[in-house]
Amino acid sequence: MSLDTPALNLTVNGQPRQITSPQGRRLSDVLRDELGLNGTKVGCDAGDCGACTVLVDGHPVCACLTTAAQAEGAEITTVEGLPAAGLKRLQDSFLRFGAAQCGICTPGMLMAAAAVLRQHPKPTTQQVEDALGGVLCRCTGYAKIVQAVMHANDQVPPDAATPVGAAVGARLRRLDGQPKVDGTEVFGADDTPEGCLLVRAIRSPHYHADFAFGDLAAWRAARPGVTAVLTAADIAGINCFGTIPAFADQPALAKDRTLLRGEAVALVVGLPDAIHALDLTAFPVTWSERPHVLDCPAALAKAAPQLHAGRGGNVLTVGKVRCGDAQAALISAALTAEVVIDTAYVEHAYIEPEAGVAWMDGDTLVIKACTQAPVMDQEDTAKVLGLPKHLVRIIPSATGGGFGSKLDVSLQPLIGLAAMVTGQPCRMVYSRAESLQSTTKRHPSRAVAQAGCDADGHITALTYHGDFNTGAYASWGPTVAGRVPVHASGPYRTPNYDAEARAVHTNGPISGAFRGFGVPQAALAQETLYEDLAIKGGWDRLDFRLRNALRDGDKATFGQVLASTGIGECLEALQAPWADANARIAAFNAANTNRKRGIGVASCWYGCGNTGLPNPSTIRAGIRTDGTVVLHQGATDIGQGSNTVITQIFADAAGLPVDAITLIGPDTALTPDCGKTSASRQTFVTGRAAQKAGAALRAKLSNSGEGGAWRTLVADMPPDARGYAISVEETYDPPTVPLDENGQGKPYAVYGYGAHMAEVEVDMALGTVRVVSLVAAHDLGRTINPMLAEGQVEGGVAQGLGMALMEEYIPGRTENLHDYLIPTFGDMPAITSIFIEKPEPEGPFGARGLGEHVLIPTAPAILNAIRHASGARITKLPALPYRVLRAIKEAAK
Amino acid sequence: MTYHRPSDLTEVLRLAATGARPLAGGTDIFAAQQGRDLTGEILDLTAVAALRGISDTPQGWRIGATTRWSDVTDADLPKAFDALKQAAREVGSVQIQNAGTVAGNLVNASPAADGVPALLVLDAVVELASLRGRRSLPLADFVTGVRRTAMHADEIVVAIHIPRASCQGISAFQKLGARKYLVISIAMVAVRLQLTKGSIDAAAIAVGACSAVAQRLPGLEAALVGQSARQPALWQAALKADIAAHLSPIDDIRADAAYRAGAVVELVNRAINAAAGDA
Repeated sequence: MSLDTPALNLTVNGQPRQITSPQGRRLSDVLRDELGLNGTKVGCDAGDCGACTVLVDGHPVCACLTTAAQAEGAEITTVEGLPAAGLKRLQDSFLRFGAAQCGICTPGMLMAAAAVLRQHPKPTTQQVEDALGGVLCRCTGYAKIVQAVMHANDQVPPDAATPVGAAVGARLRRLDGQPKVDGTEVFGADDTPEGCLLVRAIRSPHYHADFAFGDLAAWRAARPGVTAVLTAADIAGINCFGTIPAFADQPALAKDRTLLRGEAVALVVGLPDAIHALDLTAFPVTWSERPHVLDCPAALAKAAPQLHAGRGGNVLTVGKVRCGDAQAALISAALTAEVVIDTAYVEHAYIEPEAGVAWMDGDTLVIKACTQAPVMDQEDTAKVLGLPKHLVRIIPSATGGGFGSKLDVSLQPLIGLAAMVTGQPCRMVYSRAESLQSTTKRHPSRAVAQAGCDADGHITALTYHGDFNTGAYASWGPTVAGRVPVHASGPYRTPNYDAEARAVHTNGPISGAFRGFGVPQAALAQETLYEDLAIKGGWDRLDFRLRNALRDGDKATFGQVLASTGIGECLEALQAPWADANARIAAFNAANTNRKRGIGVASCWYGCGNTGLPNPSTIRAGIRTDGTVVLHQGATDIGQGSNTVITQIFADAAGLPVDAITLIGPDTALTPDCGKTSASRQTFVTGRAAQKAGAALRAKLSNSGEGGAWRTLVADMPPDARGYAISVEETYDPPTVPLDENGQGKPYAVYGYGAHMAEVEVDMALGTVRVVSLVAAHDLGRTINPMLAEGQVEGGVAQGLGMALMEEYIPGRTENLHDYLIPTFGDMPAITSIFIEKPEPEGPFGARGLGEHVLIPTAPAILNAIRHASGARITKLPALPYRVLRAIKEAAK
Repeated sequence: MTYHRPSDLTEVLRLAATGARPLAGGTDIFAAQQGRDLTGEILDLTAVAALRGISDTPQGWRIGATTRWSDVTDADLPKAFDALKQAAREVGSVQIQNAGTVAGNLVNASPAADGVPALLVLDAVVELASLRGRRSLPLADFVTGVRRTAMHADEIVVAIHIPRASCQGISAFQKLGARKYLVISIAMVAVRLQLTKGSIDAAAIAVGACSAVAQRLPGLEAALVGQSARQPALWQAALKADIAAHLSPIDDIRADAAYRAGAVVELVNRAINAAAGDA
């Protein structure tokens, strides 16, 4: 203890604690690093997200904005102290209502809730929203959190046990929920082994630049505590990764040129305090800026700098689907419409910035980090670091939201390299700015589209050309370019169709996977055209969509004959709310001049799994001789609920009670590959594998699941190498046919469908938009867990609303969470979920995927509602107030 | 980093004179750190009890420099302070309001500072102190530009004073942002009216986020005297002339300049309505 860091005395969760951290250290860092109270999460270090909320003398504050000295003498309460503070009931309420998904914001939510409950034991919705409004959540859409807080003090009976065979369809609490509400969940930043070194990256401040290092050895030697400085020269393997092997193009550390702002060029590794304190602006690197391009028109221009050899004109890939003769059909159409619509870069904005730790276990490199795709991490990390795949083990930490971005490796090869070079555990935690700059985004797009219909309002043709700004490296650009033309017709009969999507390189942030893979952008163009045609034809906008909805036996534009198409049922489910809303709105608008209300509808469809490519999942299960049933569940649960859903499916297939099942994994050393958590494939693909594995186990048990008879059956059996008396392993891979040059084939085995109806209120003088209500109808085939499914809908709607109204990432300008806006508690409508169950023959118990579908119709439904309310036809997203007001004025001309 | 947290004002001033950087709620200083630790000499003001709190004095109201926004919300204040209370509830979030201070909002000198318009219509005076002595500046003279103030390096803000004469009437605040909570203003307006039977005796109007420093609208204030708040048509010309003369809205990521100028018209009218409606 030095003179300038006198010990401070705090009371933390009722216990006196003496700390020696510097007085100006953030309280969040003191709690986590010195006191080991990792339940307090850090999402932004700027007071923008509220994840680090703790109580200081009963008042909620951001621990990241509070100095250690300011906490002296105060009573600090963290999530770990909630039970002692009499708030275990609040934690239980979060589980009962499904208010925690990924769980990273949950401690902050709980602490803000604890403060309001002290004042108001039975708070109103408004009181909860005002009290919790400073905590951001990206998963839940907030509705279940509000319910959980409002009902925290309700007396409730304990949950009844789920009968054997009735798990599928039951409103089960998350099986992995408890650690999310008690602060013990281990996210990427929460594991710090003894002797762990810290890693930080040096990143390019320029969009496009050459660079050269100065004297790195001298720089390091002058800084005690810096163990290593690592560059591309230290990488032993192939310094080139990518989610799609054929397009791999991204270096883990750039060699001599960077293609985007935030690209890593070097690592500094060493003792945590020393590395944390480094001023990296003094790092010896000199930059020479090169001309850059940030949008598609600039990148496609003749004189544009060419980013990658072999990708002439900066075009990465082009996806196409064609059928019939779209141009001829447009010429002969009774009515036509056309639109040019622009969408912005959208940031995933999970509350957990990338984080993880790596260490050597003998010859094996072990990486524990947040991820959506452990096996892909294993493959890319092994490739970059020059290791055989079996010597890289990936243990996904709890992942605080992903939404597509955590499919790509980020820090895995970096901390892996540091651990290999130093031989010590090495951890890295991205700052919010680093996360925003260097990880993927939703593609900005410009679509030019036309549609035509006959005099009866039947769609006869649709053309679509989309340019998708794929940023500096390939990532999932080819997937987006491939998926968009397949889906750009929407779930509607389109006999003549010509759709093309180009992925175009720029020096912008890398565009990758984000919930929907480009389909949400495409749906905006198509649903705007449908709105145009319905208005021109004088048809009811919902009827018009219903008239054109795909039905069983229809042939899609890509040649597949569809079965089990639920879109008609989804749209029909909106008919009653639509009629009610029309009447309600007419009355409102007659009584108000400054504010106008309107409704809009839009649909979605989405193919579950990879596009025309294999994407198998394998599930292993076994019963130990002591009767323990073990499910090796390799589907990464990033909050969406696969730990629970896959177990429900397996339990019913096996004829075993859910609570008898122990989960293992995911862990590349312990769980077979269940593929990536992406493309709404886990419930369907891994679910089918789990169903098959369960059925196989049931056959071996001769149906002895009921009453626990299996326990006696296995007691005397000899265990296998894994310790199982009985074990099974089953794989499922959806049957698909790749697309040909005209985009004809059978790209997906299963599709999900949905339709949203949004009601908005527009301030006609200011252009501000409030979404009043939203009805979401989705065909799930079979609802495995209604509570989790509602959570997916509510969270997807929140992201769709953000995309529609406020989200626009601008590199160099919105690299924080106060300039990059995502919806807060106060921005969400009342959401009603309607689940249609039209069984999908290919799905487990008839189920389909849901995760991405829910985001697709929200933004177009909101835009259509804005237009209905105000006349404003929005063609540039997000619909910020100034854009809406401008469009209102244009419409009035 | 060297961290000082004296409980005595004289010691604060002594340290301020050495160049130590004042810190109170930390909401702006930490946010600008990009996750890094604080460096240099830090002078934490929050242990000085005399700097915090709101009091009624013979000359008017005194708001201590380290008074939190939540202290403003909780205080029993005259109706002239309604705009300030409404602004207090719009500063960031509850967490920010529990830490962020009124003086910090002024010293940070953001064009979009939520507290400035409401304090401008209260004719707030900023009291500064240093070892050299004390001085007071009208708020309008204290904030001199984007992130710039008239405070000298050895000074700290001690308090904000609201003159007795300016505690009259009733006020209202309008904030326009692209989302509900935790949002930086596109534009905001504070209005304070003194009314007799619906007729305006005196008006104070300020606009934030539409110029480098929030501005009063003196032409409109004069034009409103003697008018009824129910007849907006009578002051629209004065309002538009003031917007042209005193505001300089910019294009940024949140809105364009033309939109801001138009929004100010609407927000001013609404704020006048709200203040008059509550009278």
